[in-house]
Amino acid sequence: MKCQYCEKPATFHITEVLGADGPQVMHLCEEHARTFLSKESPTPAATIAGALAKQLKLGGKPSAETEQKECPVCGISFFEFRNTGRLGCPYDYTHFESELEPLLVNIHDAPRHTGKRPQRAPVSADSQATLIQLRREMEEAVEREDYEQASEIRDRIRDLEASGNRGSDD
Amino acid sequence: MNGVRPTQSGRRKSNVRRDQTFDELAGKCGEWLRGTGPESDIVISSRIRLARNLADFPFIRRCGDEDRLSIERTVRARMDKITELTDVRYFDVDELSEVDRQFFVERQLISRELADNDGARGVAIDPGEQFSVMVNEEDHLRIQVMHSGLSLETAWDQINRLDDLLESTITYAFHPKYGYLTACPTNVGTGLRVSVMMHLPALVITRQIDKVFRSLQKISVTVRGLYGEGSQYTGDFYQVSNQITLGKTENELMQQVAEVVPLLIDYERRARQFLIEQSEKDLHDDVSRALGILCTAKKISSEETMHYLSKVRLGVNLGLIDDVAVKVINKLFIHTQPAHLQKLRGKLLGSSDRNIERASYLQQHLSGQGKRESGLN
Ligand SMILES: [Zn+2]
Ligand SMILES: [Zn+2]
Repeated sequence: MKCQYCEKPATFHITEVLGADGPQVMHLCEEHARTFLSKESPTPAATIAGALAKQLKLGGKPSAETEQKECPVCGISFFEFRNTGRLGCPYDYTHFESELEPLLVNIHDAPRHTGKRPQRAPVSADSQATLIQLRREMEEAVEREDYEQASEIRDRIRDLEASGNRGSDD
Repeated sequence: MNGVRPTQSGRRKSNVRRDQTFDELAGKCGEWLRGTGPESDIVISSRIRLARNLADFPFIRRCGDEDRLSIERTVRARMDKITELTDVRYFDVDELSEVDRQFFVERQLISRELADNDGARGVAIDPGEQFSVMVNEEDHLRIQVMHSGLSLETAWDQINRLDDLLESTITYAFHPKYGYLTACPTNVGTGLRVSVMMHLPALVITRQIDKVFRSLQKISVTVRGLYGEGSQYTGDFYQVSNQITLGKTENELMQQVAEVVPLLIDYERRARQFLIEQSEKDLHDDVSRALGILCTAKKISSEETMHYLSKVRLGVNLGLIDDVAVKVINKLFIHTQPAHLQKLRGKLLGSSDRNIERASYLQQHLSGQGKRESGLN
C-alpha cells in the first residue's frame, strides 16, 4: 500500500478515532506519519476547510471580494488564510472578524472567550498594529536592499517600543 | 574594556556532540517516562500546553528572518529577568545537529514542527524536564508542562504559574472577545491543549478499542492512536485531548478530558481482567515470547521494538513477567528510539546499523543484571 500523500510505501496506519466523520484510517509513510502526529489536532487547514464547507452549505460562499480582502497590517489576504489555515497577525481577528466569526462558531461551538485573561493592563492595540506594520516595511526594505530606509524604520520601531515599555518594565 | 573577543570556531553539525547536558539527559529517562504517578500502569503522562503570541509581531508565517530573531532575543531577554527561571537552559534549535533535534523530539521536549522549521527558534527546558517553552514554533510561544501518570491539576497549576511569570514581562496578543490570539483559529481563546497519553494493550488485544472510542464520540475529545505496519505491529499508545479551545474555561476543557480518562482506565482494567480469566495461558505465552524476541533478536526496528515492549509492559503490570522492572521497560521505550540510541552509543548510525545496535542494547538491558536496574547505561 502506498502513502496517501506520496509514492513511498505506507508503513504507518493511524486511526483518527474521533474525527468529524467517525473513525478514519490514514495510511502514511514514516515521514508523513511524523508530520501528521506532530500536529496535535487534525490538520488545521483540514479543520478550517471543513468548517468553511459547512458554512458554504448554509449559504455564504465567500465572494471574490472577500477572497481578495487584505489585512492592512500584515498584508495577508483572506484567500491565503483559507489556503494555509494560518493567520498573518493578531489584527486579522479584527479585520476579518465578520468572516472569521461564523468559522469560529463552527470549530468551537461558542465564539466568546470565557477563560483566563492577562493581568496587566493591555497596551494600545493601535500602537501594536503600527509596530507590526513597521516591521513588515522594514523587512521589505531589507529585501529591496534599501538599507538606509530599513535603518530609518528600525529607529522608529525602537522609539515606539521604548514608549510602549515605559512604566511596564525596566 | 576593549579587548578583542576570540572568534568562535565554526560549530560542526555532523558529529554527535558529546555535550555534558545531552549525555546527562540521555542517561535519564525524562519526567514523563518515569513510570510513576497515579494510575501509571495505564496512564503514561499528562501534558498541557498553552499557545501564546507577542502582541507587537506578526504571526510566524508572516515573520521575516529579522522578526524571528527579534522575537527570540526579546523572549530570551525577558525570561532571563525572571528569577524563578534561572535554572532553565535555552537551546538554539537552529544550531543543533539533526540528531540532537530528533533527540528532543523523542523526549517530547520539542515538536517535530519546531525541529523542521527554519530560522531563529529555540527551546527553554527546566532541568527536571517538567516544562519547556518553545520559541517560534507555529506560535511565538508554546509553553508545555508534562507529568508522569495522571496529574492534570498539578500540571495546570504549574503551567498557569509559568504563564503568569512570562506574562509579567511579555505583552501577549489578547482580544477581549476572542481571548489569546493564535496563528491558527483552531487554538484561539485559551490556547490550551490537554493531552493524556495512555497504554491500552488489552483493549487492542480484545479488539474493543474502536468500539470504546466510538462510544465516546459525543464528548468533545480527540483520541489518536498509532499503529505500525497493518496488523503486524501495534503500538497500543493512545492520546486523549480536548478538541476545542474557545468558549469554555481552561478548567472546563480540562474536565472534558479528565472525565474520559477514568472511563478508559476502567475499560482497560476490565479487558485485562477478562484476558486473565479467559485466556491466561495464551496471554502469558504472548508476553513471554515478546520478551524472548527482545532478548535474543540480532536486528530489530524501532516499531517492532515498540510493539514487543508494549506486550512486555502489559506482562509486567499483570505479574506474568516478574523478573523485569517496569522502570526498565519505560526507559527502553525511549532509549531505543533512533536519536537516543545514537546518543547512548556515541556515534551516528544508519538505519540498518541502528537495528543491530538496538538489538544488542535490548539484550544488554533485558538479560542478566540489567533487567532489574533502572540506571541504564
Ligand atoms: Zn508519504
Ligand atoms: Zn494581519
